[in-house]
Amino acid sequence: MGIDRISGFFLFLLAAFVAVETRVLPLGTHSHPGPGYLPLILSCFLAAMSLIVIVRGKLSPPWRSVEWSEKVHALAIIGCCFFATFFMEPLGYRITMFLALGILFGVLERMKVWWALILASSLSLGSFWVFDTVLRVPLPRGGWGF
Amino acid sequence: MVETFQNLILGFSTALTPVNLFYAFMGCLIGTMVGVLPGVGPLAGISMLLPTTFGLEPTAGLILLAGVYYGAMYGGSTTSILMRIPGEAASVMTCIDGYAMAQKGRAGPALSIAAIGSYVAGSASVIGLMFLAPPLARFALRFGPPEYFSLLALGLLVLGYMTGGSLAKNLAMIALGLLFGMIGIDQMTGYFRYSYGVVALGDGIGVVPVAVGLFGIAEILATAGSKVRPEILKPKLRDLLPSRREFRDSVMPIGRGTILGFLIGIIPGSAHVISTFISYAVERRISKHPERFGKGAIEGVAGPESANNAASCGALVPMLALGVPTGPIPAVLLAALMVHGINPGPLFIKEQPAIFWGLIASMYVGNVVLLLLNLPLVGIFVNFLRIPYRILYPMILMFCVVGVYAVNASYVDVAIMSGMGVIGYILRKFDFETAPIVLGVVIAPIIEISLRQSLTMSNGKYSIFFQRPISAVFLSGALVMVVVALLPLIRRGIDYGWRKELTRAEKEK
Repeated sequence: MGIDRISGFFLFLLAAFVAVETRVLPLGTHSHPGPGYLPLILSCFLAAMSLIVIVRGKLSPPWRSVEWSEKVHALAIIGCCFFATFFMEPLGYRITMFLALGILFGVLERMKVWWALILASSLSLGSFWVFDTVLRVPLPRGGWGF
Repeated sequence: MVETFQNLILGFSTALTPVNLFYAFMGCLIGTMVGVLPGVGPLAGISMLLPTTFGLEPTAGLILLAGVYYGAMYGGSTTSILMRIPGEAASVMTCIDGYAMAQKGRAGPALSIAAIGSYVAGSASVIGLMFLAPPLARFALRFGPPEYFSLLALGLLVLGYMTGGSLAKNLAMIALGLLFGMIGIDQMTGYFRYSYGVVALGDGIGVVPVAVGLFGIAEILATAGSKVRPEILKPKLRDLLPSRREFRDSVMPIGRGTILGFLIGIIPGSAHVISTFISYAVERRISKHPERFGKGAIEGVAGPESANNAASCGALVPMLALGVPTGPIPAVLLAALMVHGINPGPLFIKEQPAIFWGLIASMYVGNVVLLLLNLPLVGIFVNFLRIPYRILYPMILMFCVVGVYAVNASYVDVAIMSGMGVIGYILRKFDFETAPIVLGVVIAPIIEISLRQSLTMSNGKYSIFFQRPISAVFLSGALVMVVVALLPLIRRGIDYGWRKELTRAEKEK
């Protein structure tokens, strides 16, 4: 199946989901549109566009032609992003960044341990100093004050 | 005229304070680094640096971000000429003759002409901005909700058409961006929409996590693991000066590129990219020796580089005068202004003259800084490219996280950035353009309020959009746009080659 047909199908599902979710919002009337008015119009428009993408997607490249050679790196980086999201406040910025960068440098990029440790610690401490200390942008310190 | 010059003097008195000069210099320096480095475009760079301006005066913050913007636009040309790697899509045309010149040992003159062209175009288009924005803002005082809705609808349609790739896909991305922008508390009724109990989503999805996710994180996800080590040509300072003939051959292309770029830059969409194509095509068409193009013609560098920088400045006209961003970068700049409590729009120039004219004057200063900075330091900037990407991308990732977190001190924003990164990565794989999403997020609140107020004003009649003359003109423009877009489907033989070129350039980047 072509990539446009697959992406069009998922966009259509998304449009349907938004339309269903809009049912809990008051639609209002034409003279007094409610909070669900424009989202419903937009979901219908998105559904129409996704149908056009599906119909015109006959000649799009096949799904198998899409290259995913960087998938291991991509998954690891996404993992690090979500790790930072959920652990930055409980662990503190410096510890979280040290761990995330350490994993990227040491495990994913297979650098030497001492080199990965130097880079991870200097970058996490350095960025904390620049943003928190110099630029006065408060960064989370976590339960241990890091 | 006298009033304009008085205002400009006020602007220079603001921009030439030591503090603001320092921020203009820092903005240009950081912007050039952002433009040179792979994986950080101007959009992600500005978004990441936004929190660093929170502690600054609004004028200083805006001067810093504007410096990053045009510094990054220039930085992209360095990698195009020396490595045949366009830092961003607008530099694709520079690659062709710029790299060919570099291979012939003329990298220095190519860089010089790119810098001089950028300087001339940047300075000249600031004059255009200076004279065009205030009357446009005065005209926009006549706009009510129906006019704003029609203008935004026209802008979004033009954006969908002027962005490369499939029109249906672009319009779907605009709708998706508008839907993302609907998340949070409804401004008119106080209803929570699509927030699923997450209180932090009450304020909606911010433009910074969306922009950094779609452009910063998605780029890292798509390029990490790449082992290609590009060959870098390093010019010497004494080789930088162009010959008299090269200089003479560049004068007219710079002039034409400036005018074309500024006028096209006002149009929504990838105008700065399109302006480089048109400039290149015009130069090749009118050249007495078109066969030299592609083999190192200096006109092929001078025209597109000037057009690119002039278009960046032209894009600020609707943003400052109407409060309507025409692309993702002006959208982030608009968000930056709002963070500092400034609402761009028709009253902005009248009520905050020191900030508006300070920004204008800082652009003149910034262009001088860029010229002085880029030519002598080109060797140093090129050295940034020697940093292995496996060290660089974790650093960029760290700056993305800290930049996004710092905006609202919210881990939810970091989660949104991560989610947007995944969405942007998948959308790129499926040949979707993500810039319309960013613009949709920014425009959503304005377009929704305009629509609902218009319908309330007209007692539910959509005819209000056609009855008011200014609104009718905008909607007629939108109709023409739809017809132009549909023509290739209806009549055979009509083929807009430039859209294919645009798509190719955006993929090459």
